[in-house]
Amino acid sequence: MAQPATIPNVRVVTLRIDDRDLSAREDETIIEVCRENRIPIPSLCHLDGLSVWGGCRLCMVELEGQSRLYAACSTRVAEGMRIQTNTERLQRYRRTIIELLFAERNHVCSVCVSNGHCELQWLAQKCGVDHVRIPYRQVAYPVDSSHEMFRLDHNRCILCTRCVRVCDEIEGAHTWDVMSRGSDCRIISDMAQPWGDSDTCTSCGKCVQVCPTGALVKQGTSVGEMVKDQHFLPILARRRHLQ
Amino acid sequence: MTAPTKITVATTWLDGCSGCHMSFLDLDERLIELAQKVDIVYSPLVDTKKLPDRVDVGILEGSISSEDDLEKAKLFRAHCNLLISLGDCAVTGNVPAMRNHFKLADVMDRAYRENVTLQPQIPTRGVPALLTPVKPIHGEVKVDVFVPGCPPSADAIWYVLNELIEGRTPDPSSVTRFGA
Ligand code: SF4
Ligand code: SF4
Ligand code: SF4
Ligand code: FES
Repeated sequence: MAQPATIPNVRVVTLRIDDRDLSAREDETIIEVCRENRIPIPSLCHLDGLSVWGGCRLCMVELEGQSRLYAACSTRVAEGMRIQTNTERLQRYRRTIIELLFAERNHVCSVCVSNGHCELQWLAQKCGVDHVRIPYRQVAYPVDSSHEMFRLDHNRCILCTRCVRVCDEIEGAHTWDVMSRGSDCRIISDMAQPWGDSDTCTSCGKCVQVCPTGALVKQGTSVGEMVKDQHFLPILARRRHLQ
Repeated sequence: MTAPTKITVATTWLDGCSGCHMSFLDLDERLIELAQKVDIVYSPLVDTKKLPDRVDVGILEGSISSEDDLEKAKLFRAHCNLLISLGDCAVTGNVPAMRNHFKLADVMDRAYRENVTLQPQIPTRGVPALLTPVKPIHGEVKVDVFVPGCPPSADAIWYVLNELIEGRTPDPSSVTRFGA
């Protein structure tokens, strides 16, 4: 979530995460407090510097006294909260979510430009996904290579909308948007036109850098060559907030 | 019998490139140590022509892409107490499964007619019929241990085999991943 530049008298709350007593500002989300305290929480749609989306559900945590799960990226901390981040139930759900992502589209890590630099691939390993229990859907998705510098491969897209948000909130171009539902859901440039024909895209490459997978990549990259750099994001996000 | 406790291991490749078996050979001098603990009773790497009745550990490389692959996978499942999917083709379908997006007839045409200059023809005699879709091993038979990687490193294979030899359940994700 974008950080306010000045902190107008926010209160400090105390809470407990995985049996650690911690304090945090009351305007922080659970995932922010976890990151500050090096408590690992898997996440895909969340990215420091972009607005909260809460779509991937990987960051789910358990709150004591509540039967439903809460997304750590879109839940603010509160006084006395007791949070569990890594129970057997959460691990099971996270594995299932990751398996569904692999089964829905087409991920062939061994021949992917993002092999070795992909957040989905890394999370699968972290969460112990060593195979996918559900059958792969095996439906081919299009690839848009019309942009002279970049390429979009819908087969690798997990619909995290990081590209949509960075293009809108940081670059200010709003080239990307989301169209259709269910397995037809996909990101589109402008009015579902080829990316290369876009009037709004400035070719800044921000969407490519924040994309967690091999869906948005530079043209001309070969297997494993697409390394992403997201350092620009928190810096630009802070500057945007100062304006 | 000098070492009655030796574990018996059988391996074979289905639709793979044999790279996972090559990675196994990359154990290099560790193969000697391994040979003291396991007996490879059936494998492309040894001479035996028939899978023994009971085998402790079966290792399959490659996906299930043909009738022959399917038969072998079922045979291994029936004869092996513990079955390992070795490598991404076995675990996910990987590269062989990329043909699932095309009609089989188009794939055959591409391979045996379009790209061939001498006597283009589709082979029919003495070759197993191809199946659609290409599946990972566990798409057809139950698999006990999954070792992803393209190929899994020799170190990963060493770790998994050692854990099994020591009677522990290996956690392959601690040493390898899809595409590793
Ligand atoms: S995008 Fe990531 S998970 Fe998908 S094939 Fe590429 S490396 Fe693998
Ligand atoms: S390159 Fe920049 S302007 Fe173009 S779509 Fe990506 S973020 Fe938007
Ligand atoms: S293209 Fe990349 S950043 Fe955009 S929604 Fe898909 S996975 Fe997310
Ligand atoms: S990171 Fe919280 S829902 Fe995606």
